[in-house]
Amino acid sequence: MAGQATVADRARRNGAARGDRGGGLRSRLPSLRGVTRLGDGLAGFGKRAGAGLGRPVARRIQRSLAADLDDRDPDYVREQLPLLWLVMSLWFRGEVRGLGNIPEQGPVLLVGNHSGGNVPADTFLFTLAFSTYFGVERRFHQLAHNLVLAFPVGRMLRPYGTVAASREHAQRALDADAAVLVYPGGDWEVHRPIWERNRIDFARRKGFIQLALDQGAPIVPVVAIGGQETALFLARGDRIARALGIDRLLRLKVMPISIALPWGLNVGDFLGHIPLPSKLTIEVLPPVDLEAEFGDAPEADEVYDYLVARMQEALSTLVAERRFPVLG
Amino acid sequence: MRLNESIEIAAPRQLVWEYVTEPSNCLHFMSGVTRWEVVGEQRTGLGSRYRMLLRVGSAEVGGLIEVVEWQPPGDMAWSSVLGVDQRGRWRLRELDDGRTRVELRYAYGVAGAGISGWIAELVSAPQLGDHLRRSLRQLKREVEHERLRSDAARRRRERAAA
Repeated sequence: MAGQATVADRARRNGAARGDRGGGLRSRLPSLRGVTRLGDGLAGFGKRAGAGLGRPVARRIQRSLAADLDDRDPDYVREQLPLLWLVMSLWFRGEVRGLGNIPEQGPVLLVGNHSGGNVPADTFLFTLAFSTYFGVERRFHQLAHNLVLAFPVGRMLRPYGTVAASREHAQRALDADAAVLVYPGGDWEVHRPIWERNRIDFARRKGFIQLALDQGAPIVPVVAIGGQETALFLARGDRIARALGIDRLLRLKVMPISIALPWGLNVGDFLGHIPLPSKLTIEVLPPVDLEAEFGDAPEADEVYDYLVARMQEALSTLVAERRFPVLG
Repeated sequence: MRLNESIEIAAPRQLVWEYVTEPSNCLHFMSGVTRWEVVGEQRTGLGSRYRMLLRVGSAEVGGLIEVVEWQPPGDMAWSSVLGVDQRGRWRLRELDDGRTRVELRYAYGVAGAGISGWIAELVSAPQLGDHLRRSLRQLKREVEHERLRSDAARRRRERAAA
């Protein structure tokens, strides 16, 4: 019960009306619908298995997904920077260009291409670069798949400002003048096979465009290369995901298959993998003011095509600079 | 981690002092520095603040610094207000025949970062030391060139007056 109270408290702090209980909370926070579905799914699984662990696990997952923007801890980020710097400098030889293109203040929607499976090293490189460039004091949130936050690693990510991907969380963060990093391609793009590594693939997900328009936030495209060379990604396994029903249960559209350290053949990538020391390069492009560029009521399709084309062009330039896979 | 580099410059101390304390010169001679901006109204002197960034490895590190000691034309020290913990000092001492010994001290770290912080300091030290040495060599070139130009200008003025 104490856990449920915590969820309600956090939801209230995040803008839900006073006096909401379980049902009201669900209706007021659409982001939690998926969470609840995930929790209930796991609870159902637990019951079926006769283990009796389903409900506590589901409650724990619900707690971890009821993200509180105040979970971000600048001191924690600051103390983790040396470790991030070591890994990114020595293992990935990371390079981030164009951070000066990010507006110095105010809300910003950073839209990136997602790579690296369940160990997206370029996200950590960008977090390091952003935090050292603007200082840990500047609010910076990253939207992540529910499953990432439900796993134990989620506990380590929340102080960085990582919250479950939902429109409500993004709105609240932008309202607080934060920079918000979104990966529209999400699980679909991050598990793309290696022969599609140099392709921007947002799977026609356009929610971020309306979000930027509603919040009046400029979109800053962030293009990364190298992340998809940290393992040999073979297939998304989307048919397997549908056949197993995990697309409905876990909101997971893929069951990726890869060859990765230390597992060899890696199905699902649920435990992550040891990434190969691929050189990572990130280029931040100039901001796009949607209203200035496309008028008062821009067509989402038009903006989507423009952004993807622009990011693809930048990615192709980075590809041309790269002489060898992994080595860079 | 504390780094210390020094060099002798064939120019009077006042000239070196004027060059190193002028904020607009920092991007010209300081190696690895990608940003050095005056923050606030005060450009120089005790209490003046700058936003600086230095490329080290995969990141541009730095933050907001403030001048905490200002004793012209000998000592200037700064300390971090935001960002990575750092202290730096320019120490200028007069030598014979109008030469100046310039010492640049730089101490940095991240308090509370534990063993990873300690390792990061060790790993970054050679690169930062290299930046300091290059900065001093570049400073020597710039100031000595500046001295030659000012001497030539003075001689021209004297010839014109004669």
